[in-house]
Amino acid sequence: MVFSMCLTRLRLLFAARRSTPAFLLVVLSIAFSACRQDMADQPKQKPLTASLFFADGSARQPVEGTVPHGSIEDDHLNVSPDDPNFPVALTPELLARGKERYTIYCSVCHGALGDGNGMIVRRGYRTPPSYHIERLRRAPVGHFYDVVTHGFGLMPEYATLIPPRDRWAIVAYVRALQISQYANVAQLPPEHRQRVESTPSGTPPQEGSR
Amino acid sequence: MPQIFHPSTNTISRVTVFGALAIVIILLAAIWAYVRSSFWTGADVEKQQPVQFSHKHHVSDDGIDCRYCHITVETSAFAGIPPVKTCMNCHSEIFRDSAYLAPVFESYRTGRPIRWTRVHQLADFAYFHHGIHINKGVGCSTCHGRVDQMPLVRQVVSLQMEWCLGCHRQPELYVRPRDRVFDMEWQSPPDQIEQGKKLVQLYKIRSVAALTSCSTCHR
Repeated sequence: MVFSMCLTRLRLLFAARRSTPAFLLVVLSIAFSACRQDMADQPKQKPLTASLFFADGSARQPVEGTVPHGSIEDDHLNVSPDDPNFPVALTPELLARGKERYTIYCSVCHGALGDGNGMIVRRGYRTPPSYHIERLRRAPVGHFYDVVTHGFGLMPEYATLIPPRDRWAIVAYVRALQISQYANVAQLPPEHRQRVESTPSGTPPQEGSR
Repeated sequence: MPQIFHPSTNTISRVTVFGALAIVIILLAAIWAYVRSSFWTGADVEKQQPVQFSHKHHVSDDGIDCRYCHITVETSAFAGIPPVKTCMNCHSEIFRDSAYLAPVFESYRTGRPIRWTRVHQLADFAYFHHGIHINKGVGCSTCHGRVDQMPLVRQVVSLQMEWCLGCHRQPELYVRPRDRVFDMEWQSPPDQIEQGKKLVQLYKIRSVAALTSCSTCHR
């Protein structure tokens, strides 16, 4: 509609050519019409866009008791803190995932070995207990899951950063770390055994080999 | 019949013709250069932020992984800006008296989010998904540069379509193994093209025709 009006107008101008400034204006406005930014700046909500609807500019805070989409499916993963069993299958993939997630979220304080000597601790955060103390070696896996989910002492909760399945992957890796510190050389596969036996005793393991 | 024009007008006519041509060429070249300059693209301009947050300190000095804060970068379009709760995971204990952190504590106390200044802004008509790039072996530093060396984050590339297509046309020049995606120090090996071609196959990166189809990015 508008377009056809413009065309008519343009044809008239071409025919008359009496008013040169008006003609120039039309030509220029067509030439620069692409400079408008409507398509580049569309009126849609993008992540973290300030809301005009609420006075503080934030998006709506979820009402108390809101359940995130998809969380019901993971509900069987939320076991009791004294549960000694993993609700997920222990696979090499799960452990690899656990190692990766542990390194991202946990090693900053607990250290790559789980001895509580992470970088943030060296910067002044209170030292967390080593995973290798008797109490934690005896603790059921449900306890570790509970601590990641709800926090413990000074440690904040990590439920907002780590989804339930990844929390279990991390718990599995923590168990692997615990076993690693008390592993018997005789239990190792031959090639690893050779490496350990050729290492001079008393050398502390190297940390932070990313 | 006498000459109408004096011989000196030959020079004037030449200067006029070639001068006009030169002006047009120079003007086009200037526009070409201008839209690629950082003045137009915003590249290499450090943006001031409400909190003097240093990626250099947190990544290089402290060794914190990108994903500790940008938790949705592997799964969603938006990499995620951390809530101040994430800052407080450490700063509830560390640097509690620092004036630099006052806006963070203020935000945590009042619940009013910090208004960070956006650094990388794509036009709304371009569809971009972080997750797919991460999962196909495009590293953080390929597009964001050495963020671990930036006290204030700046955009290092033009983010223009021309730049996007540079990789969509030849992904083998840029892809890296998935386990190195978050490695800030990764550099392409001397045989990147061969390695890249293998990775393109391994990660089932779509054909160049599909990657450069209009509707891949404009949907």
